[in-house]
Amino acid sequence: MKNSSLSNKHPLDELIRTDRIPHIWCPGCGVGTVFSSFLIALRESGIDLKNTVVVSGIGCSGRAAGYVKLDSFHTTHGRAIPFATGIKLANPDLNVIVFSGDGDLFAIGGNHFIHAARRNVDLTVICVNNFTYGMTGGQAAATTPSMAKTTTTPKGNSESPFNLPHLAYASGATYVARWTMLHARDLTEAIKEAILKRGFSFIEALAPCPTGYGRRNKEQPLQTLKIYQEKAIIKNGANPAEADIDFNKGIILGKFIDIKKPTWLDTYNSIYRPQDNSDIIDAA
Amino acid sequence: MSKNVNTGEYFITGDVACAEGALAAGCGFFGGYPITPATEVAEHIAARLPDLGGVYIQLEDEIAAIASVLGASWAGVKSMTATSGPGFSLMMENIGLGICTETPCVIVNIQRAGPSTGLPTLGAQGDMMQARWGSHGHYEIIALSPSSPQEIFYQTIEAFNLSEKYRLPVLIMSDEAIGHISERVIIPKARDIKLISRIKPKGKKNYFKPYQPEGHLGIPPMADIGEGYNLHITGLTHDHKGYPDMTPEGQEEMVNRLIKKIKDNRDDIIRTEDYRMDDAEIVIVSYGVSARSSLAAVDIARAQGIKAGLFRLITVWPFSELRIKELAKKIRGFVTVELNLGQIHLEVERAAGGNAPAFLVGHHGGTVISPETIVEALKNNF
Ligand code: SF4
Repeated sequence: MKNSSLSNKHPLDELIRTDRIPHIWCPGCGVGTVFSSFLIALRESGIDLKNTVVVSGIGCSGRAAGYVKLDSFHTTHGRAIPFATGIKLANPDLNVIVFSGDGDLFAIGGNHFIHAARRNVDLTVICVNNFTYGMTGGQAAATTPSMAKTTTTPKGNSESPFNLPHLAYASGATYVARWTMLHARDLTEAIKEAILKRGFSFIEALAPCPTGYGRRNKEQPLQTLKIYQEKAIIKNGANPAEADIDFNKGIILGKFIDIKKPTWLDTYNSIYRPQDNSDIIDAA
Repeated sequence: MSKNVNTGEYFITGDVACAEGALAAGCGFFGGYPITPATEVAEHIAARLPDLGGVYIQLEDEIAAIASVLGASWAGVKSMTATSGPGFSLMMENIGLGICTETPCVIVNIQRAGPSTGLPTLGAQGDMMQARWGSHGHYEIIALSPSSPQEIFYQTIEAFNLSEKYRLPVLIMSDEAIGHISERVIIPKARDIKLISRIKPKGKKNYFKPYQPEGHLGIPPMADIGEGYNLHITGLTHDHKGYPDMTPEGQEEMVNRLIKKIKDNRDDIIRTEDYRMDDAEIVIVSYGVSARSSLAAVDIARAQGIKAGLFRLITVWPFSELRIKELAKKIRGFVTVELNLGQIHLEVERAAGGNAPAFLVGHHGGTVISPETIVEALKNNF
């Protein structure tokens, strides 16, 4: 007898390249949870998924492009945003989403991030921030908290980390939010809003990397989640300048920025072809 | 009349002719970054492209420029960028991504003298080996080298056609002299310009494999983003589905395919030109601006009774290895003329295989080689 109430299918299977599972993420890794929130947000947003493309750079988070069953691009380290910019400007009908990690987007790719935000290219950028380079085994990143231990800062990080929401805001992003993977519903809502937002939108999602970061800083995966819970200060509308990550004073989460601005293409079109040109050149 | 083809007769620089060639080829996206002596390509496109429905964007650096060009190509638009040495160096990693993901696009390098910042306003041909091997790994590339503004116009169209046909970034390896010289350029009627576009997939979308070779050329059809194929495209070694394959066998299969599609079609890709070659005993091998000096040198040498001929490389990569091999068996020797200290010369020597001596007339860059210098070398060596 067939049991119709049981299924081997995961509710998100239709959005996943199931033939590529198992994925590469370690047990206790937070990337997968952010990825799930992203997939739910994609579905709930109601956008045309056929016209949606996901672009990643390199790193553990960058592997997301390989698992999502949409047009998806796994590009070079740091260059997901300019690659995505080319896609968006060449075909403005596409929803273009960048899903990558902090090392990829803010160290090697930092220049591209600030310029895409400044231009207000209509992209959604989701950054999984785990404070480290996971794929290469846990080196110091541009987001590693001061004094944290990594393989390249064995006695503690002597540098200060970026405050990503502040950087995004100062660069011109029209939507800026930060959540942790523990705040999965809020994160999903935020990603949904960001996807539907016209303009450069940025989501920072804090997530543990137990393998690369946690074990060197005496944090079991569940402990990291506990810290997320205990230290979270939810403050929508907070000034991004105050959102620096300092576990002693608490981590500010929420939607910080949601403003309207003409996109790069809006402005370009209004200046260079005010009388709407429809004959976009197509290679096909 | 097509607005993108500026039919008529003009007196323009090589850079502007290159831009016009791109527009005539249907280029709809240009990711730029200013650099001497290539800036005028971007400037001309920036002025003309918006009216044609395309987009010019100036990126924050050449890395972003080439990345945006690759993205735009996958969105279904013919796209390009133009640069010079320092920018070309920055583009190398993503040129490799373009090779590995089989992304059609055109990259113009108006060469200046290096290394490093070198002589920004003065020409050279010192990036020829970088064009061949500049990105990491083993691969094949197509590079053209124009000898006049008229030729860069046609070569830019040809570069787009080759890139769409063989699915790879195609390089135009020009130089400052050709980029900045003004000459007569005739732009033909649109109907006289032959354009090639990527082959589109047919059949069931679910079963489409983006890297399954097809047809007599062995090139996979290309689906664009948004056509419902759920493409996955990666710079990792991948199988025909586009999925990562981290095995030595997968690596061998993919790299062989990328190499074979160019090597097996060399006859279709390579263009060269013979000048007074029929009875030539000494063959000058040259390209770009140096081929102009070489042409004059052939005439001077002939007037003095030296049986010289010019074998001009219009396509520099893939290299005309077989032709050099053949020639080596029946001539007295080769002289390669180029604005570097022997990049193509060593290729000529290698292909000649000891059957004929190969000499170099090279220069460090910053000037052009005079015909007299070449004739002197012919006399001294033969
Ligand atoms: S190394 Fe860290 S980020 Fe990478 S998969 Fe493992 S836990 Fe996740």
